[in-house]
Amino acid sequence: MSLQEELIGPPPAKLIVDNVSKWFRTTRQTVHALDKVSLNIGEGEFVCLVGPSGCGKSTLLDIISGLEVPDEGRVMADNEPVLNPGRHRLVMFQESALFPWLDVTGNVMFGLKLKPGLRNKERLEVAKFFLQLVGLEKFSAAHVHELSGGMKQRVALARALAPNPRVLLMDEPFAALDALTREQLYSDIQRIWQKRRKTIVFVTHNVREAVCLADRVILFSRNPGRIREQFDIPLPRPRDINSIELAEHAGQITRALKGHADGEVAE
Amino acid sequence: MRRVLLASLFFAILVAAWHFIVRANIWSPVLLPSPQSVGEYLLGAARDGTLLQATIVTVRRLMIGYLIGIAIGLPLGLFTSAFKFMEDTVGVLALGLQTLPSVCWIPLALLWFGQTESAMLFVVIMGTVWSVVIATDTGVRNIPPIYARAARTMGSRGLHKWTKVILPASLPYLVSGMKQGWAFAWRSLMAAEIYVTILTGFGLGHLLHYGRELHAMDQVIGVMLVIVLIGLLTDKILFAPIERFLHRRWGTGLR
Repeated sequence: MSLQEELIGPPPAKLIVDNVSKWFRTTRQTVHALDKVSLNIGEGEFVCLVGPSGCGKSTLLDIISGLEVPDEGRVMADNEPVLNPGRHRLVMFQESALFPWLDVTGNVMFGLKLKPGLRNKERLEVAKFFLQLVGLEKFSAAHVHELSGGMKQRVALARALAPNPRVLLMDEPFAALDALTREQLYSDIQRIWQKRRKTIVFVTHNVREAVCLADRVILFSRNPGRIREQFDIPLPRPRDINSIELAEHAGQITRALKGHADGEVAE
Repeated sequence: MRRVLLASLFFAILVAAWHFIVRANIWSPVLLPSPQSVGEYLLGAARDGTLLQATIVTVRRLMIGYLIGIAIGLPLGLFTSAFKFMEDTVGVLALGLQTLPSVCWIPLALLWFGQTESAMLFVVIMGTVWSVVIATDTGVRNIPPIYARAARTMGSRGLHKWTKVILPASLPYLVSGMKQGWAFAWRSLMAAEIYVTILTGFGLGHLLHYGRELHAMDQVIGVMLVIVLIGLLTDKILFAPIERFLHRRWGTGLR
């Protein structure tokens, strides 16, 4: 594969979540995390999973990534069943999960080095390209602890993008950041996603964030985790999180979210 | 510079206090020699080469025993952290033997190996291995699980996972484990040198032992000072740079 092809990347993947159920059993209790969840995600689609905490949305993300195995049902990525984690579906976690023993370039290189068919010089080129894409080329030699929270998540994004996965899975990646940094990252994510189409599954409990980013918002309810409702977001891009149209969509989803929450037994 | 001055002042006061206690004639000079006489002993022993010779013999034993101890302990610790079967067998053995003071190995070593160099090494290795096993095991178990998860999603598994993620991630624990192992090796060696009176090499422990036999208190205290000094130097030369490196990378150890 040439360097040029490497930078363009493979086409995004189609995901099919087919009747997935998951229970977590401990000695004290059994939690029904997911109950017969089915979901089709198109190639290059940006989907946000929204719901109250404990509704199983992160569990579903883990199952799509292959980190967790469903008790029932299965996940198909491009008509192949997902059995293990693999570099076609990379994950960005809430904590950056960057490795402190590597510098910024080393972190971005980590996944790349596991990708066969590239020379090391090319890998360095790719890493540089993605650090530029997230605006951190000046920090390529910095240590992880020297970065701010927002910069860490940018490096984590570059690390996840660099091996050119076909699916990007994001588990509340901006939850721990301040509002200003988050807004900057919303516009960055939109810009990057328009440049380099990936299928993205993004978990959040922030409805506005979901409306700002997604083509489609999937609303979950808990006990057990189920899909309650889906909302298409037809707003033009790039979107501004403070716009009125966006707030209207968010309001509609928030009302639906509250409606379900009222119907539940209080914990 | 200020720190060096303050530290020098502190030790000068200690020596001065020692000097005045000797001058007060509370204890007989046979039991508490003056700083001058200890200094004279050290100077004499340094001039005629006994001190250097003994230090070389001792440090050589220490290094060999310590390195063998780590070479055995580190992989064993990785195994006990990775396999339940190893945890239940070797892990329990290590935990038990770690609590055994290393001086307790000496009678066994003497009977097995006699008054030999092997007996000495055996005691040092037994003193080192188990604490290195425990420290390595603890280190691996304390790695934040998020690192392993992130590595798995990027396709890291098997040997790659161990060498590129688990080992470097547990490095801070491994270094403190090695430091602890070194402390144990040093203690074991001194115990061994005092009890195992072999003729193949005359170490610092032997100097200490014969100081007692000859009632040469200046020698006893002088050699003790040298032993303390070697301990300090090892820490400053061997471990401090590694720890500084880790602090820089991990962003820890800031005041």
